[in-house]
Amino acid sequence: MVVEHRGLSEINGSLVVLEGIKNPMNEEMVSLELEDGTVRTGRIVAIEGDKAVVQVFEGTRGLSMVNTRTILKGKPMEMKLSEEILGRVFDGLGRPIDDLGEVFPKERKNVNGEPINPVSREYPKNFIQTGISSIDCLTTLIRGQKLPIFSGSGMKHNELAVQIVRQASIADDDDFAIVFAAMGVKNDVAEYFRSSFEDANVMSRVVMFLNLSNDPIIERIITPRCALTAAEYLAYTLGKHILVILTDMTSYCEALREFSSSKGEIPGRKGYPGYLYSDLATLYERAGILKNAKGSVTQIPILTMPNDDITHPIPDLTGYITEGQVVLDRGLDTKGIYPPINVLPSLSRLMKDGIGAGYTREDHSALANQLFACYAKVQDAKALASVIGEDELSGDDKLIMAFGKEFEKYFVNQGETENRSIEETLDIGWKLLSMLPESQLDRIDGKLIEKYYKK
Amino acid sequence: MVGENIIYGINGPVVTIKGRTSLSMMEMVYVGSSRLVGEVIGIEAEKTTVQVYEDTVGLRPGEPVVGSGSQLCVTLGPGILSNIFDGIERPLPKLEEKTGAFIGKGINVPVLDEEKLWDVEVLVKVGDELSGGEIYAETQETALIKHKIMLSPLLSGKIVSVKQSGSYKVNDEIATLEDKKGRLHSLTLCQKWPIRIPRPVSKRLPMAKPLVTGQRIVDTLFPVAKGGAAAIPGGFGTGKTMTQHQLAKWCDADIIVYVGCGERGNEMTQALTEFSELIDPKSQRPLTDRTVLIANTSNMPVAAREASIYTGITLAEYYRDMGYHTAIMADSTSRWAEALREISGRLEEMPADEGFPAYLPSRLSEFYERAGYMNVLSGAEGSVTIIGAVSPQGSDFSEPVTQNTKRFTRCFWALDKALAYARHYPAINWNNSYSEYVKGLEAWYHDNVHADFIRYREEICSILFEESSLMEIVKLIGADVLPDDQKLTIEIARVIRVGFLQQNAFHKEDTYVSLEKQFKMMKAILHLYHKCQKIVSLQVPVSKIISTGLFDKAVKIKYDVPNDKLELLDSFVEETDSVLSSYLRKGG
Repeated sequence: MVVEHRGLSEINGSLVVLEGIKNPMNEEMVSLELEDGTVRTGRIVAIEGDKAVVQVFEGTRGLSMVNTRTILKGKPMEMKLSEEILGRVFDGLGRPIDDLGEVFPKERKNVNGEPINPVSREYPKNFIQTGISSIDCLTTLIRGQKLPIFSGSGMKHNELAVQIVRQASIADDDDFAIVFAAMGVKNDVAEYFRSSFEDANVMSRVVMFLNLSNDPIIERIITPRCALTAAEYLAYTLGKHILVILTDMTSYCEALREFSSSKGEIPGRKGYPGYLYSDLATLYERAGILKNAKGSVTQIPILTMPNDDITHPIPDLTGYITEGQVVLDRGLDTKGIYPPINVLPSLSRLMKDGIGAGYTREDHSALANQLFACYAKVQDAKALASVIGEDELSGDDKLIMAFGKEFEKYFVNQGETENRSIEETLDIGWKLLSMLPESQLDRIDGKLIEKYYKK
Repeated sequence: MVGENIIYGINGPVVTIKGRTSLSMMEMVYVGSSRLVGEVIGIEAEKTTVQVYEDTVGLRPGEPVVGSGSQLCVTLGPGILSNIFDGIERPLPKLEEKTGAFIGKGINVPVLDEEKLWDVEVLVKVGDELSGGEIYAETQETALIKHKIMLSPLLSGKIVSVKQSGSYKVNDEIATLEDKKGRLHSLTLCQKWPIRIPRPVSKRLPMAKPLVTGQRIVDTLFPVAKGGAAAIPGGFGTGKTMTQHQLAKWCDADIIVYVGCGERGNEMTQALTEFSELIDPKSQRPLTDRTVLIANTSNMPVAAREASIYTGITLAEYYRDMGYHTAIMADSTSRWAEALREISGRLEEMPADEGFPAYLPSRLSEFYERAGYMNVLSGAEGSVTIIGAVSPQGSDFSEPVTQNTKRFTRCFWALDKALAYARHYPAINWNNSYSEYVKGLEAWYHDNVHADFIRYREEICSILFEESSLMEIVKLIGADVLPDDQKLTIEIARVIRVGFLQQNAFHKEDTYVSLEKQFKMMKAILHLYHKCQKIVSLQVPVSKIISTGLFDKAVKIKYDVPNDKLELLDSFVEETDSVLSSYLRKGG
């Protein structure tokens, strides 16, 4: 049923209010046609009697009380899906922008998705080798995991994401694909990703959703949902292993804040809406593996921490939902270490079940623990050295400082195209531990020490 | 009378009805033509507000809202254990059968398996007088747990007819009760109870028994009593969920209710698989036999998240009423508080601290007050212990949820980021944590573990405290300049931290440690300390003692001494004596 409606009764930010609407539906799509013939898309976000509040994705510039005709579409926001979407480029609302025409849909799905029944989930256990030592050894990526990169402006998160894509997925067979969603990133960043995918010869397996920094802001709220709907379709209907890259989540959250404040909602911390956690969860929780389906959805969201502050609501809430995080560090970055991963706050919650004998190597878990413990001591020694000077440190502390330097130089640091196998990575770890006396290795079982220490 | 009510407005999970309605406050309602479950949360002269426990996409004004005539209730009966429910007690495996891997909307499935036959032993006969909470039948629910079927606490009267013991389904009538007014009530295997009302008990008892968890830092330093309430606050990645899982696996409660409230889906899957693989050491049965999971993950509807905590505690109280010791793990209460905030915001209520509603503290205290060691209506003793995780925003413990939780719990296990970064697990910070239950439990430890247990515990605490003040100095000038006796304190504190407090959940011998081993480990470490103190007082430098390797050995006794060979700890004490005797002689 298509209902047409003339005029608006209120305009506020990205929201318009329609009055006298017959039978609207919560979250129904509407299209607003201006007198000059241009069409905008919107969504009903609240209803009171015959009044409906509509969120206009393209913004309300140029709208007036009288110059629009509104058509209710009678259905919520849907995404057209078929295997043809591979290799295509869409805008932030899932409309093709690559001049290859409309997608002929085999299926249409509500972009909001539905929560996965925890009973139907398969607990993720398969290790993905990224070839990056600090990730493989210390924050292992697992298929079906959501592992965000916490970065700051100007750091090399894009390069890191591309390296993960290149080294992780491409080793795989035909069954993998990439879904890339850009939210409020600059055109050249999107271009960097596109050309990197092309260089790696995977463009035909990439679906891109682009909402660039000059695109309508409210559209950003839909962009990741379109991308994840596409990812779920490819994974669970077509049985592919999907790597989803969402960048930049900070822009997404800011769009949400803008929308929330124009709706007049009571703000939570730093003006972000009180439901930011629940909202982010509806995105991140769409990663996973199902028991009865072949594919998987692995997410790597990228977010830039405002002012490098990890306690800012966006990284904070993200960390509470995702299964760990990879944290980039400004200090390492300025030292020229790539990837500038600060391993101490970085974490992979799923790693404990996906490593060890049968997955990677028996010593992996103990070694990782020991490296963490030793590197944590490096920080203590550094703090002490900054007060009393490096020369005054005790012998043990000097040793640990030396270990720290080597660890950053040989373990964390690696080339942008260097692809280390997990064995190589673990061996480097043991080599570094060999700098320290055996008595310092309090996290490792005697048997493993015998087998690997100073070998 | 339940009249026809029509949806007027929709805002996220909140739906309003215009006009006067006959709905009552907190009544459960079915919203819309797809019959979504909701609850009445506000009634004004011209407007009734309903929160909906399912996604409201696609709802239209004009669709009906139908009252159910009762408050949001849970069904209590055999078949709850080893099951997994969502926040309003819908069994997730059944939902999966109906709608597949993704949870659909408006599905109505029976809470308990209505077809399953239970072997019921009827315990009453015609003419028996029963009062509320008394047991009239029982059945073996799982190999571990005998399910006692009790009269609803609101009923009492005389049994007028009764069936023989045998196989029955949950809804079969096995007896009839006539109350004082002569009304007949049919007694089946199950009953209903509104989730927001605590189940009545006859008396609260003092808490004098610890919940033994096998985790050294908990049992020894900060024990929680059976019937107590504990909070685990910690930023992300500090191991809240890991600690909760460890407690759920190893604590000596009879029944575990694990509420995943607004947390990750994969974590619930993990709990589900891990608990079914783990074998309870006492009974050789999988842990699922004594566990109920309530999973309302972060992407499931927010209103149901608010209800999940109450659903969980009601189930725990029900098993308590049978005379069991139950423990409920709520992970995380912050998500529940956020659900309150979200709904409060939609209702346009005046916010208090950080946007949380002003009634946050009273809701929290109501919840934690449902813990306790009770004399239940049937005369037995049972307890509900609450262990609530708190996820403070930005790891800042001064935020409202943490602060208010602190007021209503008497045991506080503060998780620490720095410890977690160094992979020191459990990352419970010994300087910020406390337990007010220690005093009440002293007698128990004295009688059941060892007379010296509490004395050793206090000494360990004071060493750790002394270390933390010494560390202030070390941070400024380095450890080298300290006198030898203080160096010894730092060294022994390291042994305590790494060798005793740190516990490896993935190590076969270390994941669960009996109280006896905990005691003997303390004894061994303190024995070493006292010997060394003597030697140091004879002017022997600490570095000499360290070079004997005794400290490193003490750090590793947790791995080196298997749980069934505790005598090795005694031999460590002897070894200490013999290694150090030469120094004592030389010095003397």
